[in-house]
Amino acid sequence: METVIGFTAIAVALLIGLGALGVGIGMGLLGGRFLEGAARQPELAPMLQTKMFIVVALLDAVAMIGVGIALFFAFANPFIGQLQAVS
Amino acid sequence: MASEGGHGPQTSGEYIQHHLQNLQVCQAESGEWVWNQCAGNPMGINVDSMFWSVLLGLTFVLLFRSAAKKTSNAKPGKFQALVEIIVEFVDGSVKDTFHGKSSLIAPLGLTIFVWVFLMNLMDLVPVDWIPMMAGAAGVPYMKVVPTADVNVTFGMSIAVFFLIIFYTIKYKGIGGFIRELTLHPIAPPTKGAGLIAAPFIIAFNFLLESVALLAKPVSLSLRLFGNMFAGELIFILIALLGVWQLPLHFGWAVFHVLIVTLQAFIFMMLTIVYLSLAAESH
Repeated sequence: METVIGFTAIAVALLIGLGALGVGIGMGLLGGRFLEGAARQPELAPMLQTKMFIVVALLDAVAMIGVGIALFFAFANPFIGQLQAVS
Repeated sequence: MASEGGHGPQTSGEYIQHHLQNLQVCQAESGEWVWNQCAGNPMGINVDSMFWSVLLGLTFVLLFRSAAKKTSNAKPGKFQALVEIIVEFVDGSVKDTFHGKSSLIAPLGLTIFVWVFLMNLMDLVPVDWIPMMAGAAGVPYMKVVPTADVNVTFGMSIAVFFLIIFYTIKYKGIGGFIRELTLHPIAPPTKGAGLIAAPFIIAFNFLLESVALLAKPVSLSLRLFGNMFAGELIFILIALLGVWQLPLHFGWAVFHVLIVTLQAFIFMMLTIVYLSLAAESH
C-alpha cells in the first residue's frame, strides 16, 4: 500500500512538472515570436495578439489535461480503492 | 472554512472529497431510484450539473431574447449594446474562419461562447456559499460548476463531433467523407507496380485520420474540463488555509477570470474551425 501511494505521488509530480516544463518553453518561444512580429509591424499587433491567445489556449490544453489527471490521482486515487477491495 | 460544521467534515481530505462529489441519482439493483450511492454506476445522473447547466442555458436564452425583442435603433440601452458587442464579436470570428454560407454556425458559436462562459463563471462564486445553502435545505452534495463535470463537457463535444460528421457528409457526400479518411495524407498509387501497396497505404491513412478525427472531441472536452477542474480544486485548497485565504483567493480569482473567458472563446473558435474544415473543399 505504501509503495502504491509513494509511486502515485511521484507520478503526480512528474505529470504536473513535465507538463509545466514543456508549456513553459513553448509559451516562451510563442511570446518571443509575437513580440518580434509586433515590433516589426505594430499595426498588426491586435490581430497577432488574438491569434497568440488562441495558440496559448491550445498549448494549455495538454498541460491542463495532465494537471487534471494528476490532481485526480492525488485526491481520489483509484488504486487505493482497488487495494482496499482486494484486501 | 475547514472548521465549519455545516456539513460536518472532519479532516481537510474529507472536506476536499466532499466538495468534489456530485449529487447523483441512479437506479440500484432492486430497481428503485436512490441518491448518492452510485459509485461506479455508469447510468447515474449528476443532478447538480444538470440543474445548473440547464438553469444557466435558460438564463442566456431568455436574457438575449429579451434584448432582441426590445431593440431600439433610436435609444439603444446598455444591455442591448452589450449583446450587440458579443454578437458582433462572434459574427466576426465566424466570418474570419468560415468562408461558406451556413445559418447554423454563427448561432451555434454564440450559444457555445455565452453558455460555456456562464457555466465557467460559476467557478468564481466562493466555494462554500452555495453548498452551505444547499446543505441547510437538506441537499448533501452540490457542485455548482457544470463544466468541471466531465459528463457535461463530453456531452457538448460529442454533439460538436456529430455536427462535424454531419457537415462533412452534407458538403462532401458520404463518398467524400470516406475519401477524406482513406486518401489523406498519402495518396495511394492507382496504376503501375505500386498498386500492391495501395491497401496498406489506405489502412495507414485510415488509422491516422481516424485518430485525428477522434482527437477533436476528446481534446475539446478534456481541455475545458481540465482547466475548470484544476481551477475549482485550487479554490478548494486555498479555502483550507484559514484567514490567509483572502489575498490568495483574490489573486487566483483574478487570474481565473482570464482562464474562464479564454476557455469559452477557445471552445467556440475550435468548434467554428472544425466545422469550417468539414465544410470546405480543397
